[in-house]
Amino acid sequence: MIAPLDTPVTAGVQKAIQGMVLYLEGITVRFDGFKALDALTLYIEIGELRCIIGPNGAGKTTMMDVITGKTRPDSGTAWFGQSIDLLACSEPQIAQAGIGRKFQKPTVFEQHTVFENLELAMAGNKSVWRALFARIGPDQREKIEASLEMIGLKDRRGDRAGALSHGQKQWLEIGMLLMQEPQLLLIDEPVAGMTPHETERTAELLVSLAGRHSVVVVEHDMDFVRSIARRVTVLHEGRVLSEGTIDEVQNDPKVIEVYLGQ
Amino acid sequence: MEALKNLQVALRREAGPTLFLLVLGAVGVLVPLLYFIVPETSAFHLSGYTVTLIAKYMSYAILAMAVDLIWGYCGILSLGHGAFFALGGYAMGMYLMRAIGSRGVYGDPVLPDFMVFLNWKELPWFWYGFEHLWFALLMVLAVPGLLALVFGYLAFRSRVSGVYLSIITQALTYALMLAFFRNDMGFGGNNGFTDFKDIAGFSLQSPGTRVVLFLCTVLVLGASYLLCRFVVSSRAGRVIQAVRDAENRARFLGYRVEYYKLWVWVLSALLAALAGALYVPQIGIINPSEFSPANSIEIVIWVAIGGRGTLYGAAAGAVFVNYAKTFFTAALPSFWLYALGTLFIVVTLFLPRGIVGALTAAAGRSGWRRRTAL
Repeated sequence: MIAPLDTPVTAGVQKAIQGMVLYLEGITVRFDGFKALDALTLYIEIGELRCIIGPNGAGKTTMMDVITGKTRPDSGTAWFGQSIDLLACSEPQIAQAGIGRKFQKPTVFEQHTVFENLELAMAGNKSVWRALFARIGPDQREKIEASLEMIGLKDRRGDRAGALSHGQKQWLEIGMLLMQEPQLLLIDEPVAGMTPHETERTAELLVSLAGRHSVVVVEHDMDFVRSIARRVTVLHEGRVLSEGTIDEVQNDPKVIEVYLGQ
Repeated sequence: MEALKNLQVALRREAGPTLFLLVLGAVGVLVPLLYFIVPETSAFHLSGYTVTLIAKYMSYAILAMAVDLIWGYCGILSLGHGAFFALGGYAMGMYLMRAIGSRGVYGDPVLPDFMVFLNWKELPWFWYGFEHLWFALLMVLAVPGLLALVFGYLAFRSRVSGVYLSIITQALTYALMLAFFRNDMGFGGNNGFTDFKDIAGFSLQSPGTRVVLFLCTVLVLGASYLLCRFVVSSRAGRVIQAVRDAENRARFLGYRVEYYKLWVWVLSALLAALAGALYVPQIGIINPSEFSPANSIEIVIWVAIGGRGTLYGAAAGAVFVNYAKTFFTAALPSFWLYALGTLFIVVTLFLPRGIVGALTAAAGRSGWRRRTAL
């Protein structure tokens, strides 16, 4: 699990190495000969809010799958912080280590209340035996309350999560991620299907998370990306096509070609 | 108003369990009274047959609760729980066979009759220790528990779930049935075990033993219910239900889903085994037909009819369906399977939450609870 000292690091990265939370280097994933990721290299800084965009099939979801351990790459390295080799960890280990993932479709526990959803998501020992005798302590209750406040669902705490609107479910899921006190949040299309008002609230929420957490957002909605992102990465055919501020990226001829060529 | 609403919510949650424990307590007190105290000439007198019949229903209720725990709360549809029930029953049966001693037809002090009949000269090694009740009770839990542990570990680790898991549970119980039918397995072949004489030195025919076994069944049913309720209302219980509703989500939250499944699976198997161990001395027979796949499917039907995900609903379903079975097989024997099938279809179509679910909903609508509460 400890990074060997001779891990290959390029000169440009050397400078920033202390400030990185995620390193993906040369990640290649093949599905039946098709390269979903093609030697993808990507670094995420601590506290950064990064948007990943790209046309369908660019490898965005596969990249998330690699980071969370759902998909094993054919080659490449993936490190979380300085000491955790993601490729050697199981999915639960990765979640425990501090990477939280929000799926495209909101998946909350519909039969449980909003409060119980947050309780289940709380960081801590997840063994059966502990869970059998677990009680919610005052500090834990405080944490849940803080999350409820943050995602704006304080009044809905006792309601079944299945009764929430689509946007509220998305927020609840983000709240559940926060309960795990993750260093890195992976968020897949958070505003798909949201009303303009919900979209606005979500943007505020994500911006307020950055700094305390590193946040990676995959999103199609360019207006939304413009409203939150400082740095944007464009993926295309499993590689990084362009990286920079939203204006730099939108004026990059390579990006224009890919998007207009479609 | 808020307080009233909270009370209503609490009662909606609590009325069923309270009623269940009250009924169980009343049965535990009244049945022995009606059997012992009320004279046989009275219309209220219960025969020994009836006492044992009620005990049988209650051991089925424990079995149904075990299936509800794994199916209703964890979403694992086991079509093989009869196997754990039967294994628990067989372990108890082995003790009861050894307890016959030299009173068997062939009078051998050590070997059970069927072994003498097969011309066996000595006791197989796996029959050692079963002359002690404590050892048999240990095996009642250890053997089905170990089987469930190994089976569950392999199945859940390789993420076998849904209908595939249901099918291999069927295969499990079917394989055991075929094995236990064989004479050379050393478990009495297709005749199984019967002609039991006594348990812990007390005659199984005596009214006292009958009532003690009956009360044991009441106690185990009550304790199983409280244990299951403790489990499902703990955080672990909420995790188990979360696994049922969104397994991958639970996994991403850092829960070792397979361990939770395994844990509740083994607990469920142990309860089923206990039910079997209570069933055999009272009914007086155990044979390989208890392993038949149809039996295991029937348990699931009890749970569905009673109402899954409530525990007491499963118990009520087991008692209700088996009472109906007793009635029909006496009155209209050829009609029973049609009645069971019709009942299952009607419940599935019109009462998706079972009889208990429908009653709860009806009581909620009529405001019955609020009036009785005030």
